[in-house]
Amino acid sequence: MSITHNQRPEGAAVGRSIPHESAYAHVTGAAKYTEDLAGALSGVLHAYPVQSAHAHARLLRLDASAALQVPGVRLVLTAKDIPGVNDQGAKHDEPMLPVDEVMFHGQPVAWVLGEDLEAAKAGAAAVAVDYEPLDALVTLGEAIAANSFHGIQPVIDKGEPAAALAAAPHAFSGEFEFAGQEHFYLETQSSLAHVESDGQIMVHASTQHPSETQDIVAHVLGVDAHRVTVQALRMGGAFGGKEMQPHGYAAVAALGAVLTGRPVRVRLERARDLSMTGKRHGFHASWKIGFDEHGKIMALAAQLTSDGGWSLDLSEPVLTRAMCHIDNAYWIPNIQVRGRVAKCHKTSQTAFRGFGGPQGMLVIENILGEVAPKLGLSAQELRRRNFYVPGQDTPYYQPVRHAERLHRVWEKVLESSQFATRREQIEAFNAAHPNSKRGLAITPVKFGISFNFTAFNQAGALVLVYKDGSVLLTHGGTEMGQGVHTKVLQVAATALGVPLSYLRLAPTRTDKVPNTSATAASTGSDLNGAAVKDACEQILARLSVLAAGELEAEASEVVFADGAAHACGRSVDWKTLVSKAYFSRIQLSAAGYYSTPGLHWDLSAMRGEPFKYFAYGAAVSEVQVSRFDGSYQLRRVDIVHDVGDSLSPLVDRGQIEGGFIQGAGWLTLEDLRWETKGPHRGRLATASASTYKLPSFSEMPPVFNVEFLQDAHEDGVVYGSKAVGEPPLMLAFSVREALRQAVAAFGPAGHSVKLASPATPEAVFWAVQEAQEAREGTGHVD
Amino acid sequence: MASEAAGTPGCTVTVNHQAREFTGPPHANALDFLRGLGLTSCKEGCAEGECGACAILVARPDGERSRWTAVNACLLPAAALEGQHVLTAEGLGTADEPHPVQREMAERGGSQCGYCTPGFICAMAAEYYRPERAEEQVAEAPVHHADGPNGFDLHALSGNLCRCTGYRPIRDAAFALGVPEPEDQLAQPPTAGPAATDYRRADTPAGQPGRYRRPATLSEALRILAEEPGTRVVAGATDWGVEVNMKFARAQSVLAVDRLEELRRVVQTDDHVELGAACTLSELERALAGRIPLLSLLWPNFASRLIRNSATLGGNLGTGSPIGDSPPVLLALDTQLVLACSAGERVVPLHDYFTGYRQTVRRPDELITAVRIPLPLAPLVSFQKVAKRRFDDISSTAVALAFDVEAGLITRARIGLGGVAATPLRATATEQVLIGQAWSGETLRGAGGILAAEGTPMDDHRASAAYRQAMLGSALERFFAEQDSGTGAGA
Repeated sequence: MSITHNQRPEGAAVGRSIPHESAYAHVTGAAKYTEDLAGALSGVLHAYPVQSAHAHARLLRLDASAALQVPGVRLVLTAKDIPGVNDQGAKHDEPMLPVDEVMFHGQPVAWVLGEDLEAAKAGAAAVAVDYEPLDALVTLGEAIAANSFHGIQPVIDKGEPAAALAAAPHAFSGEFEFAGQEHFYLETQSSLAHVESDGQIMVHASTQHPSETQDIVAHVLGVDAHRVTVQALRMGGAFGGKEMQPHGYAAVAALGAVLTGRPVRVRLERARDLSMTGKRHGFHASWKIGFDEHGKIMALAAQLTSDGGWSLDLSEPVLTRAMCHIDNAYWIPNIQVRGRVAKCHKTSQTAFRGFGGPQGMLVIENILGEVAPKLGLSAQELRRRNFYVPGQDTPYYQPVRHAERLHRVWEKVLESSQFATRREQIEAFNAAHPNSKRGLAITPVKFGISFNFTAFNQAGALVLVYKDGSVLLTHGGTEMGQGVHTKVLQVAATALGVPLSYLRLAPTRTDKVPNTSATAASTGSDLNGAAVKDACEQILARLSVLAAGELEAEASEVVFADGAAHACGRSVDWKTLVSKAYFSRIQLSAAGYYSTPGLHWDLSAMRGEPFKYFAYGAAVSEVQVSRFDGSYQLRRVDIVHDVGDSLSPLVDRGQIEGGFIQGAGWLTLEDLRWETKGPHRGRLATASASTYKLPSFSEMPPVFNVEFLQDAHEDGVVYGSKAVGEPPLMLAFSVREALRQAVAAFGPAGHSVKLASPATPEAVFWAVQEAQEAREGTGHVD
Repeated sequence: MASEAAGTPGCTVTVNHQAREFTGPPHANALDFLRGLGLTSCKEGCAEGECGACAILVARPDGERSRWTAVNACLLPAAALEGQHVLTAEGLGTADEPHPVQREMAERGGSQCGYCTPGFICAMAAEYYRPERAEEQVAEAPVHHADGPNGFDLHALSGNLCRCTGYRPIRDAAFALGVPEPEDQLAQPPTAGPAATDYRRADTPAGQPGRYRRPATLSEALRILAEEPGTRVVAGATDWGVEVNMKFARAQSVLAVDRLEELRRVVQTDDHVELGAACTLSELERALAGRIPLLSLLWPNFASRLIRNSATLGGNLGTGSPIGDSPPVLLALDTQLVLACSAGERVVPLHDYFTGYRQTVRRPDELITAVRIPLPLAPLVSFQKVAKRRFDDISSTAVALAFDVEAGLITRARIGLGGVAATPLRATATEQVLIGQAWSGETLRGAGGILAAEGTPMDDHRASAAYRQAMLGSALERFFAEQDSGTGAGA
């Protein structure tokens, strides 16, 4: 019954393809989200922000008197109203409301509470604010030029990179700046707080990290954590954007509720959310790489600078994960990576699915895509030659567990996508079509699973068995659509040997399970599934003693399955057994706990074993590009991905497909733009759904094949499964590389293509122009 | 005034088969009204008609019958629903008795976080009940991946965004749908209610009066416009709704012309086709059924089905926006506008209509009643919308071309441009140069430089000026390639 015992019983609930546990509530509109709870409360006040009109300015005067005259306005919250610590982050560099300096365009400087949203908006418009504009750093380039950095500047150093680069027969260098990404969870940031009769502060928040929301609400209010309860009912998408970002809004709601004695709701309109919340970090990379005669990487030296925005937020761990993923799937024997976080006057960039991993991996994938033609190799051959093999270790000295799976996913998807045949067909198509070219590319993913920060790799759960045999589960993980609740139900049903219908899962609350970690880093089901399993096993250990007596067997012989305890050919029904246990005064509840074994990490040396294991995958994408406008279509995608033994195949496939399309959005379509000149310098120019475009149906590939890697049991993880939330996002590198192939087809043979990121139609158009000019330069004109 | 206004009755809307009363401010949208009733399936995802999370079904008139029409509740004034029948996801089914659309979506993994899901359900249900779908189902194999084997047109979902699934399971759910069962009551939508509405209420916390009016006749509408300057005219409200939600715009008086019968006709004569200015784009698409090929190229590129179900040509021209998608096409079609006021009507060539950024020759007391497209149509046409996203995006540039070629020579050329100046433009210099020239790749390539110089494009977040100019420069060559290859794709 130990946690390492992860073999599945026959007929287990885990591994069954079932709909999301809330699917029928979703489709019928019965599923409630934080914002939907406000209707059930009376006297709710609505909060609306007053936003800074400057990217950087001294705050000279803030006068709310006119706002308070607006009918329906009840209160205007400013920094002076904060009884505790004026900080909404974990690094004490992020005032919840500014005292004397605003740090980005759109930063809230006050919150107006009104009887309805109309009143709060009118009130916000009436707050008078005087600023003295200060010089602002808006772009990453400006921040680098001004030497404006914050936080740690870690270094990965292994082998002799300088010597190896000097000795390399083929060496290349370059620079690459690429954009971040807006989360665009469909449900914007949302909190609802009220003070309960005994003074308990109840905060409903759309948060991935209820315990940290609780901590920050408590320190803003100046009360102990036990005074604050945070509930995360479910989120309408999060993707990392609700790991740190919700805390300040929850604190505004809580502070308003405490000061007025009435419920207060904060729900950001889309334009407010876009202009106020952090995003995926854009990065700048400068790099040098050396190859031997066979195209094997000898050394890499790189400097990564992330666009951190005005405060640190999670920029440091995002940076370290980026550095730990610059190798992606490739053995780099000599390497130096230096990292730093630029400080500038923009939103404070934050966690986003992959958490820096995608940015680090994009650097190496971009290098390989760009230099393959210069080495005289196809990009897929160059990639394959450099794959890790078993026995090798990463730049931070962690052995690459299951490196052979990298080769397996690669071979499998080459075969299932009919890569070789289609490459020939595409060459024929390209030869016949002067105005359109197709491209086909394959890229790999290796992604480390666990929080780099070792302490976060723990989880708790509460399992309550009631006298009637029904079971209520609570765990520290939050549901944002990724299916953690579905998987945890399947884990509990398997562990207890009861039908899923006996179980119910209650919303995540800090007064049920304390000190939880963020549901992040893809670890939600690994950690919480294991904690729930532990709780179930504690209860079964007690019940098996009772059952042994009933069945005239040894406790060790008792097996729980199909809603009964079995031993020696006899059975006792679960409900009967539970009832007997109650009358026998046997405890029917348990708090489960799990901490990932074997992890260690030395941040100062960037060395250790931060990851429990690696997730692997490979994808093949085909695109068609038009030379007239650079527009393109994603024609077909084939994926083979390693999910271990899937806990819930429908959920896992959804994560793979959804992650892939979200990654494709980041790399091709989604285009964050800030005003860099003029009176609105520093303002986000794409602060709405009409200006910031995410993938829609038109970006879905008509052919989209997804397979799980077979024989992929992951020993030591709950029922042999693997994390799946983040890794598939990076399979979308295949789309970007396919675009590069298609663009290259407009150029002369062996043309190396530089491609911007995002590779919007305009970016592709300019790359095509360059390719055509190169072709004309070589005299090869059709 | 507030108390006086508050004394007037609210309006009655049938929501999920129950009569409900709306008594909110006139600017309030259907989204807030429905959420206020506890129907929280209706979600605000963007408040500008881009995401579809607020999609609902409204029974709209459709000739003799009515049809379930999916629209964005965030852009629809609640008062516009007086006497109408509305369905939300809650009204379609329950967990115990799900609607077929709900069952397919749930079983196939069509929801993850679930927030966009009720909007998808409504948009999908509208397509499920689309009367023509069953006929298409028995047609030949689908020609485009956007058409399912069951006749389901995926464009029905082009106005719904999902950030979780990547859409494949939603497509599979849509394509798995059968036809409505004979006993399915919803397959026969209730009759759309009467048109006329006059709803008055305090509109602001300060008690300013507000009024939403939908007169019964054109003459009544023109009288109001003549007597009450400052009245805001809306048809589908897809532009005004954005102003209200995003820019806090409020009007004391809103005049809705979307149900005026005089503005809802499609008439063909020997020398023109006249399109009612208040027909929705979806209605025009159905009524024309491909008769005007250049418009057929426009429809799928004009916003999304959810928007086309409300938006009108009158509205798209009335705003005078330089980046509307219909003006370039209508310019290339040599369109004339019929403008009416109490004193009578006049006909204005669209070419002379735009006078400056969001400025036109239309006087405040005038309404656009119809759009006249002269016949015969030019046989060679192209619509080149350039945008970041393939569907439902605002264009960086839009070029529409309509040419006549006789005996190898270009005899007529009309080129409409959008997104390259403060107004939509006709590329008259290019047109003149091309008349009498040979229809050849060489001629068209050669004229690219002239066309590139016709606009004065800007740099903005959608595109650079250089890219916009390059798009103008290559439009003619692309046009020739499209016609030459016969595929329409110019591959």
